[in-house]
Amino acid sequence: MRRVAIIGVGMSRFGELWERSFRDIVISAGTEAIEDANLEGREIEAMYVGNMSGGRFLAQEHIAALIADYSGLASINIPSIRVEAGDASGGVALKEAYIAVASGIHDIVIAAGAEKVTDVGSAMEIMNSSIDQEWEAFHGATLASLYAMMARFHMHEYGSTEEDLAKISVKNHRNAVHNPKAQFRREISVEAVLSSPYVAEPLKVLDSAPISDGASVIILASEDVARKYTDTPVFIDSIVQSSDYFALQNREDVLEMRSVRVATRKALKLARCELRDIGVFEMHDSFTITEMLLYENVGIAEKGKGHELVREGEVELGGRTPVNPSGGLKACGHAVGATGIRQAAEIALQLRGDAGKRQVDAERGMVVNVGGTGATAVVSVFRR
Amino acid sequence: MLPRFWRKIKYRYNLIGTKCENCGRTFYPPRNLCPECRRKSSIVEVELGDTGVVLSYSVVHDAPESMKLERPYIVGLIRLDSGVVVTSQIVCDPEDVRIGMRVRAAFRRYGEDGEDGIIYYGTKFVPVEE
Ligand SMILES: [Zn+2]
Repeated sequence: MRRVAIIGVGMSRFGELWERSFRDIVISAGTEAIEDANLEGREIEAMYVGNMSGGRFLAQEHIAALIADYSGLASINIPSIRVEAGDASGGVALKEAYIAVASGIHDIVIAAGAEKVTDVGSAMEIMNSSIDQEWEAFHGATLASLYAMMARFHMHEYGSTEEDLAKISVKNHRNAVHNPKAQFRREISVEAVLSSPYVAEPLKVLDSAPISDGASVIILASEDVARKYTDTPVFIDSIVQSSDYFALQNREDVLEMRSVRVATRKALKLARCELRDIGVFEMHDSFTITEMLLYENVGIAEKGKGHELVREGEVELGGRTPVNPSGGLKACGHAVGATGIRQAAEIALQLRGDAGKRQVDAERGMVVNVGGTGATAVVSVFRR
Repeated sequence: MLPRFWRKIKYRYNLIGTKCENCGRTFYPPRNLCPECRRKSSIVEVELGDTGVVLSYSVVHDAPESMKLERPYIVGLIRLDSGVVVTSQIVCDPEDVRIGMRVRAAFRRYGEDGEDGIIYYGTKFVPVEE
């Protein structure tokens, strides 16, 4: 296996981009990444695309070939492969791209993620398609209500509160102010979160990530090739995907995200480091409770103590374990299939020292990308 | 939704799960393969009983189109006395639902297929008077 480095990153603005087409947003992200990597374009050998639901959002399948074409890569006839894993599609696409380079099959590849969701009516119903349709959704469960049940159980067992969760949303909004690509670049108050309408009690509108349009692109190269293009490669030391029982009801403990625990442990082992060596995190805050449960399942908090990290400010930009300097899914935006790539792009910027006013001083970073309620998890470790 | 409903009708009406006689684990919904034993699976159907407690719940306000008329409604994870956890609706005042509350399965209207469509029924849970 060869070492793999990120040599370029790019992303479109995230948000409700009703005036721009799916193709437009992919092109802007791709062009930025190719420029960032100092490539001409012809050097790229393959493309992996994370996309959750082109079929339902746009009635467009065969997305990988479409994106390859509009990225200017159809003229060099490279293979393009779409990857779907709910809202972990981007993370899995990155893993597949990593394997292609690490294995020696390709020297330079693109990992992209893209979603255009606001062209159709019920984005929420499409998001719900990542949970079990026959045994969860059939009974009226929504993705939000499943996370809400985890939140309710955590509050009951461990004494966390709606205010603790609100503070996670407030933190992510505060970080996004300094991210030019973010959907919501404005601070919000704890009171605003607490007084926003319930989606599924105890989760409210402002506990929930928006469903956004956006694209993000990363260019990977083998170590020797990377050195020719950049003085600041960011290495992917490990990237591990894991699964769990699909429906929440089949998990022994609803607060245990075993896919996350297993992937984290393996990712740290492969990267030959400890959790305390990680200086910055991007975690999947599809809801505030998701981020809090990830503190516990990744291990920066003990089980049942995720809310203490929030109360002590440890997950803030200046804290000991900063989480979501980009603003996270909540404030940077959740362009579903793009999210896993977008998170990795943020860590690359952080480790290169290109994160502007949201810069954290760190040698290593970690990304946690989750599909649905945790039936898929991708955990990766990056190093400068 | 209808074909998906009728195909599993027996399991929706009666809370029947499957037990692996090799390892003793019980699953709902039923599975033809034990995820622990795989090739050594020895699957039989078992009745799961109709009483249990609320493990957790949520009052749903933002619902998909097909459930809009029912809002707000309660979804819960019910731990049956047989030990198996099921996802279902809980029928009571949203103010009254609690973790640990005892509930029992009941036959309730689930929905209908379009305005003139067939009305179908299935299991929901109601509080047990104590
Ligand atoms: Zn078994």
